[in-house]
Amino acid sequence: MIDAAVEQKESRVVLSARGLVKEFAGFTAVNDVNLDIHHGRIHALIGPNGAGKTTVFNLLTKFLQPTRGRIELLGSDITRTPPAKVARMGLVRSFQISAVFPNLTVRENVKIALQRPSGLARQFWLPLSSLDRLDARADALIDELGLAGWRDHRAADLSYGRKRVLEIATTLALEPKVLLLDEPMAGMGQEDVAMVADIIRNVATERAVLMVEHNLSVVANICHQVTVLQRGEILAEGDYATVSADPRVRTAYMGNDA
Amino acid sequence: MTGKSEPVQSGLASAHPRAKRIRIAIIMVSLAGLLLAPHLFYPIFLMKLLCFALFASAFNLLLGYTGLLSFGHACFFGGAAYFTAHAVKIWGWSPEAGILLGVAGAALLGLIMGAIAIRRQGIYFAMITLALAQLFYFFCLQASFTHGEDGIQSVPRGKLFGLINLHDASNMYYFVLAVFVIGLLIIWRFVNSPFGMILKSIRENEQRAISLGYSVNRYKLGAFVMSAALAGLAGGMKALVFQFATLTDVTWQMSGEVILMTLLGGIGTLAGPIIGAGMVVTLQNYLATSEFPVTIVTGLVFMACVLLFRRGLIGEFFASKLGRSLGFRPDS
Ligand SMILES: Nc1ncnc2c1ncn2[C@@H]1O[C@H](COP(=O)(O)OP(=O)(O)O)[C@@H](O)[C@H]1O
Ligand SMILES: [Mg+2]
Repeated sequence: MIDAAVEQKESRVVLSARGLVKEFAGFTAVNDVNLDIHHGRIHALIGPNGAGKTTVFNLLTKFLQPTRGRIELLGSDITRTPPAKVARMGLVRSFQISAVFPNLTVRENVKIALQRPSGLARQFWLPLSSLDRLDARADALIDELGLAGWRDHRAADLSYGRKRVLEIATTLALEPKVLLLDEPMAGMGQEDVAMVADIIRNVATERAVLMVEHNLSVVANICHQVTVLQRGEILAEGDYATVSADPRVRTAYMGNDA
Repeated sequence: MTGKSEPVQSGLASAHPRAKRIRIAIIMVSLAGLLLAPHLFYPIFLMKLLCFALFASAFNLLLGYTGLLSFGHACFFGGAAYFTAHAVKIWGWSPEAGILLGVAGAALLGLIMGAIAIRRQGIYFAMITLALAQLFYFFCLQASFTHGEDGIQSVPRGKLFGLINLHDASNMYYFVLAVFVIGLLIIWRFVNSPFGMILKSIRENEQRAISLGYSVNRYKLGAFVMSAALAGLAGGMKALVFQFATLTDVTWQMSGEVILMTLLGGIGTLAGPIIGAGMVVTLQNYLATSEFPVTIVTGLVFMACVLLFRRGLIGEFFASKLGRSLGFRPDS
């Protein structure tokens, strides 16, 4: 299932969380979570609905401020860093509900992401045509992810699966070092799931990926490491075989979801 | 994913073949109309109209293109009127320098107000801008340079660049028209620029823009300051046109009026606020000489328009079949 070569490659921790806690008005949604995300690996975060997976994503990307705990990205403490800054440092996320710019075309969506690293975002005195030099890079990404036929379509007019692919294309435009994907394949057809799985496997060779995924065969196929979350706490951790054999996981998660 | 071949440009399939030429023709005819207008209408009425049209356009930069509803824009409009009037009358500055001071003052006020308000959302943002604008109103009421209820009166229009006598009604009109056109071109460029694209993305999906690394509050603040500066441009001009600056222009009613103009015409389009301002100013002019109470009638017109044309007059036209076939795009 998993490449022995990848398994053996010395792994570098790029994102880590220690003792992460998030309380919402007395209710503890995330409780004492420790995570280590490695360069070149795909890490799955699984667990039943309401387990706190999205909240963990929000904490790691600083869309939510943790109640307690510490987060480190590429060796720097980001526990108090604002979310946009975290993104600029190389940690980019997708959202559980597909996040595109609906009234922009597919190409414009990707170019929004390309604008920032190319330093073409604050120029209010330049014409729109100054963004033309981002076209080639945008189109290359669009082609790579199989969206070439939809380049000039409004994002709102794409099918659900294609919106998710566009979201990944936009995210990849930033060349993030750590990629957080919240249920990237939810609601997709079989064919699209296979394609997106391929894309993720490909991009993970040069970066770290943490993904929330319900499709366990995908998790078994492409993820090197699995963390199971239940009621905000880590229930089990390890590779897929270990985790899926764990009786606690079987009753808590596989029992109702698989 | 790929496979099926769909027409790439399906959205524009119904466009009129000469849409672009027709759009340019509409702009040209409007410009020609504005150039000839002083032969048909009172210049002072036209200049008032242009000042408010620019004010509403500046306001729309914030509401329509940034998605922020400010309830304090009178502060920039009326504040700039005071600054310009004071500089020209007391310090003897040239009209162009006086207007630039008004713009700079309004931009500074915008920076302060924006920095305080920008973190808040929706109604809280509107309330903070209102509160700060009221604070500024009381400052203007108390400060000595504004001359309280009297305002700054008999402001000389002076000579533009030391050459063109602005006391000549026609010279003044073309000066105001030129500033108006420049103001609109600035807005046009601002909206259709790399910065404008980021503003648009923030309006479409703020969370996503943050996750792509954009510090959205800075972009919003940039738009706020630009909107304040252009409102100041309109206010400074108004002070020269009417040759006085008064408390009326810094009241909350003035902030309300510009919202009304913008919504009437339609937000998020360049033409909307201009048409809206034209309607309100014209209506006020007619009603001023009649028995009807101005505020009640404009209020009723506003209600009727909002009920009938949810997107504003121009917004509805752009969204209509004819508007679409001419290639006008209403924003979302
Ligand atoms: N902003 C919030 N305020 C209050 N409770 C929240 C908030 N966000 C999430 N929760 C709660 O935290 C728990 C975990 O939610 P979530 O992280 O979305 O779960 P998952 O993504 O695993 O399905 C849920 O019980 C949810 O109701
Ligand atoms: Mg979730």
